[in-house]
Amino acid sequence: MARMKLRGRVIRRGHAEGEALVSQQAMSFFGGVDPESGVIVEAGHELEGEFISGKILVFPQGKGSTLGSYTLYRLRRNDLAPAAIINAQSEAIVAVGAIIADIPMVDRLDISQIRTGDEVTIEDDLVEVNRLDSPA
Amino acid sequence: MHLSDEERAMLSGREGPAVQKAMEIVAALGEIYEAERLVPVASVQVAGVSYGNLGEAGLDFLREWAGQGARVVVPTSLNPAGMDLEAWRELGVPEQYGQRQLEVIEAYRAMGVSISCSCTPYLAGNTPGFGQHIAWSESSAVSYANSVLGARTNREGGPSALAAAITGRTAEYGLHLEKNRVAHLIVEVTCALNSLSDFSALGYMVGRKAADRLPYFRLDSGLEPGSDELKALGAAMAASGAVALFHVEGVTPEARDLHMLADDAISITIESLDEGYEALDGTSQDIDLVWIGCPHASLAEIEHTADELHGRQLDSKLWVTTSRDVLSTARLEGSVDRIVASAGRVVADACLIGAPLHEMGITSVATNSSKGAFYLRSHTGVRVRFGSLAECVDAATRGRWPA
Repeated sequence: MARMKLRGRVIRRGHAEGEALVSQQAMSFFGGVDPESGVIVEAGHELEGEFISGKILVFPQGKGSTLGSYTLYRLRRNDLAPAAIINAQSEAIVAVGAIIADIPMVDRLDISQIRTGDEVTIEDDLVEVNRLDSPA
Repeated sequence: MHLSDEERAMLSGREGPAVQKAMEIVAALGEIYEAERLVPVASVQVAGVSYGNLGEAGLDFLREWAGQGARVVVPTSLNPAGMDLEAWRELGVPEQYGQRQLEVIEAYRAMGVSISCSCTPYLAGNTPGFGQHIAWSESSAVSYANSVLGARTNREGGPSALAAAITGRTAEYGLHLEKNRVAHLIVEVTCALNSLSDFSALGYMVGRKAADRLPYFRLDSGLEPGSDELKALGAAMAASGAVALFHVEGVTPEARDLHMLADDAISITIESLDEGYEALDGTSQDIDLVWIGCPHASLAEIEHTADELHGRQLDSKLWVTTSRDVLSTARLEGSVDRIVASAGRVVADACLIGAPLHEMGITSVATNSSKGAFYLRSHTGVRVRFGSLAECVDAATRGRWPA
């Protein structure tokens, strides 16, 4: 089992554990994630159809309408929010959404080090990544 | 980032959970964008009002924040709702939508926000001065405040603008700093600009070309653009691109008195507006509704619409959307009566984007606004025609787009 520690910048403090769901594409929450099901619905997105609830959601940065902040809040109210968010570089939409929805969030770390399926633990700015089966 | 003792106290929760959450948002944005400090804001414009866009998510949040005691501490105006707050039933807005929309308005009212419901607050009592720091959302209002009034704001989102209103502060980064207000794109316009829709089509084209470069216009046409033309130009660029500030040589305040052009600026030339018109105009022949007033119509635009109608009776619906403030003046001046006499409507408070168009039986819309056309296409799925005010009014009298 490979273990790795990364350190980022805190956007929203907190502790979270979960399985990583990683995209190299920017994400829009307004219109891009269904707040009633927790499923990514943006047509053509590489994570289209994936369920984000309870996941450590990793993507470069947010995009789209500022109403996306409210989508994150709605996901929280529906108990469908991601456990935490990791961005390469945070911007206002997702950052504000993480704050109003109390979702731990970290940015400014090398997200290419994290793969979908990794077990990730976040404690404020510290991100620990555990990979169960390292491919050859 | 430096925080004053008072700001630190807000962040620590000493002024309650509502202020704490607001300061967390303001401070986090300051950290993300590497501001050195926060600055007081003179006013705030809050977007995120129409229930169609906010949905239950936004309504939940606003009610919770208001319930925690969130109150604005600076003059704060509100973006359009999804309907006329008085005449919604007679305009065909479904009961359930209407009630939810009124709940959104109540949450804002509880926070002390002025129920101005307009995307042109600068025409309705919220007019910041040159050099003032403000925190506005609504991209077209941001563009106008920065460019035409010389006030200073970034493109805030709804929640971050509200956070600024509750704390009275915003982080000093981006367009709050003089060094970031310099243009890097010279736009030489050699074709004539004869109408609002020409300025709107030009804005659509430049917004798509500008990327992150701030445009500096040189207009060869003799006519000096006034408030309505600059409003149309800025709204279009803010919709098709992310332009939050532009300069027009000899016209806008910073391009009149200051050197706002970077030495390494690149240059483009616009010789024709065809590209802008063709990108937005569809092929629908039948027109259910003609929409004038995106952004909200000024007094002059309401008058021009009445002039263009010239007493002709309408075959399709014609709505001129405006602020309630401008509506009441237009009523006194008689232009509203002239439009109503032709069976048109002057609708206050509302924006068509976020309105329940399908439930109201509207499937094709014509407008003279490229911003309106752009968002109608991407957000509502109705068929769209884009043309001049004369073409739009003509379409409304025949129920068909002019051949």
